[in-house]
Amino acid sequence: MNVVTNNKWIGQRTIRPDGVDKVTGRAAFAADTTMPGMIWGKVLRSPHPHARIKSIDTSKAEALPGVKAVVTAKDIVDFPVDKSVMLGIQDMRWMCRNVMAREKALFPGHPIAAVAATSEAIAAHACELIEVDYEVLPWSIEIDDALKPDAPILHDFVKFEGKPSNIAGRLEVKKGDIVKGFEEAEVVIERSFATRPVHQGYIEPHACLISVAADNKTTIWSSSQGQFMVRAMTAHLTGINQSDIRAIPAEIGGGFGGKTIVYLEPLAAMLAKKSGRPVKMVMTREEVMRATGPTSGSKSTVKIGAKRDGTIVAAHGIFYLQAGAFPGSPIRGAVGCSFAPYDIPHVLSEGFDVVSNRSKVAAYRAPGAPIGAYAVECVLDELAEALKMDPLALRLKNAAKEGTKAAHGPVYPRIGYVETLEAARDSDHYKAPLGKFQGRGVASGYWFNAGGESSAQVNITEDGNVVVTTGHPDIGGSRAGIANICAELLGIDYRRVSVLIGDTATIGFSNLTGGSRVLFASSIVVTQSTEKVIHTLRERAAKIWDIDPEAVKWENGAAHPVSPNAGQFEPLTLAELAEKAPSMGGPIGAGVQLNTVGAEGGFGTHIADVEVDVELGIVRVIRYTAIQDVGRAVHPSYVEGQLQGGVSQGIGWALNEEYIYNKQGKVDNPGFLDYRMPVCSDLPMIDTIMVEVPNPKHPQGVKGVGEVPLIPVMSAISNAVHQALGKRFYSLPMSPPKVLEVIEG
Amino acid sequence: MAKVHVTTSINGEPMEYLCEPSDTMLDALRGPLGLTGSKEGCASGDCGACSITLDDRLVCSCLMLAVEAEGHEIRTIEGMAHGDKLHPLQQKFLESAALQCGICTSGMLIASDALLRKNPNPSEEQVRFWLAGNLCRCTGYDKIVRAVMETAADMRETAQ
Repeated sequence: MNVVTNNKWIGQRTIRPDGVDKVTGRAAFAADTTMPGMIWGKVLRSPHPHARIKSIDTSKAEALPGVKAVVTAKDIVDFPVDKSVMLGIQDMRWMCRNVMAREKALFPGHPIAAVAATSEAIAAHACELIEVDYEVLPWSIEIDDALKPDAPILHDFVKFEGKPSNIAGRLEVKKGDIVKGFEEAEVVIERSFATRPVHQGYIEPHACLISVAADNKTTIWSSSQGQFMVRAMTAHLTGINQSDIRAIPAEIGGGFGGKTIVYLEPLAAMLAKKSGRPVKMVMTREEVMRATGPTSGSKSTVKIGAKRDGTIVAAHGIFYLQAGAFPGSPIRGAVGCSFAPYDIPHVLSEGFDVVSNRSKVAAYRAPGAPIGAYAVECVLDELAEALKMDPLALRLKNAAKEGTKAAHGPVYPRIGYVETLEAARDSDHYKAPLGKFQGRGVASGYWFNAGGESSAQVNITEDGNVVVTTGHPDIGGSRAGIANICAELLGIDYRRVSVLIGDTATIGFSNLTGGSRVLFASSIVVTQSTEKVIHTLRERAAKIWDIDPEAVKWENGAAHPVSPNAGQFEPLTLAELAEKAPSMGGPIGAGVQLNTVGAEGGFGTHIADVEVDVELGIVRVIRYTAIQDVGRAVHPSYVEGQLQGGVSQGIGWALNEEYIYNKQGKVDNPGFLDYRMPVCSDLPMIDTIMVEVPNPKHPQGVKGVGEVPLIPVMSAISNAVHQALGKRFYSLPMSPPKVLEVIEG
Repeated sequence: MAKVHVTTSINGEPMEYLCEPSDTMLDALRGPLGLTGSKEGCASGDCGACSITLDDRLVCSCLMLAVEAEGHEIRTIEGMAHGDKLHPLQQKFLESAALQCGICTSGMLIASDALLRKNPNPSEEQVRFWLAGNLCRCTGYDKIVRAVMETAADMRETAQ
């Protein structure tokens, strides 16, 4: 594919197609939809971190006036534990038990039963009337506790090295021989790190509205990162055929990976089926915090060896990640991404998936990669210090480039990692002076990026405008990028392109919005669909002119003869051809469904300046620059927005955010007051530098950009705090009490 | 319990509704009034997604009882544009990509408007502290702060 250059719309800061709806309050998010006859669903949740469910008596709840249906695990399809049934990365054995506790409650907040009633208040009251006989069991929350020899085992059938264990899996990537590598090393740094679980923190709580007709025809309105995922998982967990389910994507109020699985939909579907009424369910913020996401807490040990000249010769990483109640922590991201920015001959990177009595983790922006990068990039900072090298110079000396074989497999094509380091080194920011108790840190990050299934339909309206439909929820501006691309290819004003997100009945299968894949994948299918449309337009013009279609070219929104030799004809515009469509072969439109390939990894380098208030222990980020190889910025404002948003999440993770548990094994800060996400006054402006090294495997040069911006942040800030204080932190968050403790020695 | 009848003004229009005594203003707006532009993110006054003004005072509608609107003036996002003419803040948010998912946008706009009515020339610090009650998880606030300050500058210029 050739990269398009000299663009009119690609690269422009156009107005997003869904923008006016969103600034006027018209856009319909999941909780905004209602239906006639609708009733409300609520969930009874376990108060215990670990308990066997001996019996559930729902009779009193069912007898309460206004209650229309009650469901328990008996109403959800059971997937026996002895055989894995994978749907994407999710195992239905765990999903059926996560949406509704089956044999055991495994975390406080684990759903035990659900009720639908004529009002939310009656449904909530009915939940209180359900009698559950629990046998409370010992529990463990933290990795160290879950790994103790006498730790309570969550799942008897999960075995590690032949014995029941809370280690649910091990993954490694390897290159060379680290024993040999470390023998060659002249300076070796080995450190251990810990991070706490943090929530994705989308502002919109999970919600859905579901109607099930007597013939099982089911309509779901919900906010998720994939309507096809919602359809498939709901079908699996309820037994309703996929073809009977229409999942309509509402606008999504943030997800960051946390809305890539279902929580409420199977429960609401069964409540709707049993009651014969449409059922709406909306989580409270406390339910979101207790029973969805977050990402893993972790403990890691990273050892890196280098020669005196700064050449890194060996690296070993061991990453333990909390999975929560069911297997499936993002060890792949930690193991695969952490050393990926560097050309290191001998690497061993190991990850361990550890279950404990917390809510099942969900993907969070570059799942696992920020955790691994935190450890690796902090050790690199210490290595640079030991070698008396500038930390960017150390990274430049060892930077991966075209032809580098990464430990996790790929040989890199042309990549822009070196350019991000050089841009950082040459930036005004990196050269600016620092004051007292101020420090500057740098760090880099890598994310795999992804392609996968995507579908698009491009239709020309009768008045000569364009409707593009894709199958990916727009989580941060992808419609704007698609409008730019389609308008560019057709040579028309971008305002003539309307971009819609199709539901599962109106557009071909499209995989999740996640993994930094949406603009990459959707722009390929939109490009191919648009090219088909242009082919039809050329054919129509050729027919009208009575010349060969090959003698017609499409330019500036109109058909033209390729040369005077082809004939002398006035151009035929899109609107003219659309008007003639009924008599010239019918409607004009084309669709493409594809398993897209060619996504290339993304690289970024960040610079963070902090100032430490040594009286109060508060770390303030005073300047921040995020630099990233973005491939091609199809809509620069939304690319910058991804970088800025990722950085602010990372600042929260670095400085304040964490799940705090009480002695009863319950989350003690399940709200936005005590779970301290960055607010506007916590942050500086976040500068961005977009390095554009186009992806040669994509028609517009697109690379995914959404995940990389979170990866380097925690280590960049940690390295900056070290420079400010001369003391180093080995765990997150660097919250005021911990900072004071270190300052006071 | 019997419902309470409330007579109020919403976005300049006389309005009446019935509500439970325990309903929040957000419940009334999103329920009987069908004004779903105000969003619920936390129900505890910490995220600002449900921001409205009550007699020109910025409030979280999740922290206000629906009965408290009796005899007062309520303004929501639905009343911010005049017909098909967007408010300058709405226009600037669009032009400068000061929204990503859009769930916080209504509250951000209402809060920003309340700020500019009080202080047409806010410093960056003033904008940041004023908007500290409105969480945004997508944007890192950068483009929002810039949009508010640029709108303020444009509006000052227009007023001159």
